[in-house]
Amino acid sequence: MIITVASGKGGTGKTTLAVNLAAVMENPVVLLDCDVEEPNAQLFLNGASNQEEDLVHLLIPEVDATHCTGCGECAQFCRYGAIAVPRATAIVFPELCHGCGGCKLVCPSGAICEVERRIGKIETFTRNGIILHEGRLDIGVAMAPPLIRALKTRIRKDYTVIIDAPPGTSCPVIAALRGSDFAVLVTEPTPFGLHDLKLAVEAVRELELPFGVVVNRMGIGDERVHTFCQEEKIPILAEIPDDRNIAEAYSRGALLSEALPEYRPIFSNLLKRILQNGTFGKAEDSEKP
Amino acid sequence: MSKEIVIISGKGGTGKTSVTASFAVLTEQAVIADCDVDAADLHLLLSPKVMQRNDFKSGYEAIIREADCTGCGACMAHCRFDAVFPTGEKDSAEKLSPACKSSCHLGTDAATDVNRPRKYQIDLIACEGCGVCAQVCPVKAIDMQECVCGEWMLSETRCGPMVHARLGIAAENSGKLVSVVRSEARRAAKEGGKNLIIVDGPPGIGCPVIASLSGADLAVIVTEPSTAGEHDFERVLALTKHFNLPTAICINKWDINPTLTERIEARARTAGAEVAGRIRYDAAVTAAQLQAKAVVETTAAAGADIREIWKFVMSMQMGTGSPLPILNR
Amino acid sequence: MKIAFSTSGDNLDAPLYPRFGRTPKFLMYDLESKTFELVDNTQNLNAAQGAGIQAAQTVSRAGAGAVVTGHCGPKAFRVLAEADIEVYNTEAATVAEALTLYQTGKLVRAEASDVEGHWA
Repeated sequence: MIITVASGKGGTGKTTLAVNLAAVMENPVVLLDCDVEEPNAQLFLNGASNQEEDLVHLLIPEVDATHCTGCGECAQFCRYGAIAVPRATAIVFPELCHGCGGCKLVCPSGAICEVERRIGKIETFTRNGIILHEGRLDIGVAMAPPLIRALKTRIRKDYTVIIDAPPGTSCPVIAALRGSDFAVLVTEPTPFGLHDLKLAVEAVRELELPFGVVVNRMGIGDERVHTFCQEEKIPILAEIPDDRNIAEAYSRGALLSEALPEYRPIFSNLLKRILQNGTFGKAEDSEKP
Repeated sequence: MSKEIVIISGKGGTGKTSVTASFAVLTEQAVIADCDVDAADLHLLLSPKVMQRNDFKSGYEAIIREADCTGCGACMAHCRFDAVFPTGEKDSAEKLSPACKSSCHLGTDAATDVNRPRKYQIDLIACEGCGVCAQVCPVKAIDMQECVCGEWMLSETRCGPMVHARLGIAAENSGKLVSVVRSEARRAAKEGGKNLIIVDGPPGIGCPVIASLSGADLAVIVTEPSTAGEHDFERVLALTKHFNLPTAICINKWDINPTLTERIEARARTAGAEVAGRIRYDAAVTAAQLQAKAVVETTAAAGADIREIWKFVMSMQMGTGSPLPILNR
Repeated sequence: MKIAFSTSGDNLDAPLYPRFGRTPKFLMYDLESKTFELVDNTQNLNAAQGAGIQAAQTVSRAGAGAVVTGHCGPKAFRVLAEADIEVYNTEAATVAEALTLYQTGKLVRAEASDVEGHWA
């Protein structure tokens, strides 16, 4: 089963929830940190040992100037403006290229071949039965989705998989959510939390994923998030209280379920509810292409 | 030309938008731009009155005309984004219920014909609009359509004009929408004679953040003293350095972890960034949000901290020009 | 030689547009015949990204030997350099003014892009 933890708004406790869910699992679990712009899960798994590091590449075109006739077919095809043919030969702008391969396809003189461009890396850590694969986008690279797709090839069918998604609702988030069996949307009981939760709900509904909500920092705001969930018939799977002890443990990078064991049941009960809800949701949602 | 101050955070939820709203209230000379187009929250504090709405069109999506599709599968073979999937599978007839087979007006043979060709469809959420499928389709059954993937608004607020946007769910190119918001904000500044643009930036360090920073005059990083906050701060600081952008930092909820606060501030100084100040942990920040107010519009102690930070930021050298006069109320 | 001026108008008195990539049009002035023609750039105005690259390609294919504009980003500059097109930055208000500055040798050839790229 693949559980993705997401949130419209950043900083609501998405990573906290993902790592603690992984920590309370009794069986080995694969944790994917898909927040590749700012991967943080590893920070909460103190003492995790680094197993391996793989570089992730995107295939981008390379032009052989001796064969290029300067016809401009490639530049005309490219919808990302990543290739230009000012005169005799084509120039490639790797930072704009999505790696679709179209230029190579349309080149009439076979002057384009494809080469690898590094966009980031995947590191693997292990700790107490948690296998963490962390995606880390290189600074200045704007292509999160291909790295997320590469990360998701690490999903293992025989394991429970927990995905820490990036915040928001745009392409990288969707890349993380696709193919999940269940989505957990983390929010906080504030106007910002509610507004961004509504966006996240729209996104998971568009993907037709079964989902539930976890309200973090209960007590700081008001009832609007609860009222919304009630009206929309969205299950609230867990509530985590606002507690300065949690904030301080978090600030040190401590794993909550270990540093403050009194909160451990929140995560184990949540996991139980997800596993129940997930199977239920799956049965209802069997005809997805 | 007006000066642009971009407020970013790397990590989400550090109080970036609360700080931006306070800055907006503290100056009367600014146009406000919400470039966190993915999860725009600034309007919840500034209650804009929308004066103008515009479609945001960007990119293309592929559409297969089912009637013309011969089911050859060339599109699927060439798609690098896993956006093509087969429909009407060969074994689908077996899945038909007996009632369906018996009532089929074409007769049982048609309903159970296992050899009819498969068709293909595009998963529009995965499609990046590259056009390769349309190129390889031997019968030209694929159209590339321009997509409307959001809208941007020009509004009036109690702190002046505001440009903000809403990106469609699963839409691409939030970086481009950020560019649109910024260029419209520049236009509004020029037309309204404003010399300052305050930009609420997106979280992260990717495409939309790069789009919100390029060509700006000053970046203000709002971070928090946590292991995760520090980690993300390092990455976003590397990005502002990459763009040679003058950078100031402020640490929100600094008293949660004073040791880490000092470490982050020291790190900022070493990297050549200015430390603009600290904001204390104050429940009144959320209380202000519940009342749709900026923190500095309440008596919250954190508001006083933000005023000091604003004074500091206004005294900084920006880009190539001179410091701005302080325009406090 | 032809010179490409970025502009929002359609004659020599039209304003010089400050940004190369996102300019609505180019006025291509022919120094020999002292005539000009207009080249459209509007399809680039709304390009998701890489507008400067495409604009550079457009003026190159239109036969420009030099570009006179407000600001030119690094990617566009690279394409122009590749095509041996000279770049001149100026704050002149109109095309005519910029042309006079060029003809009297008052413009200095840019050695590199003068602004940041990335969707600016």
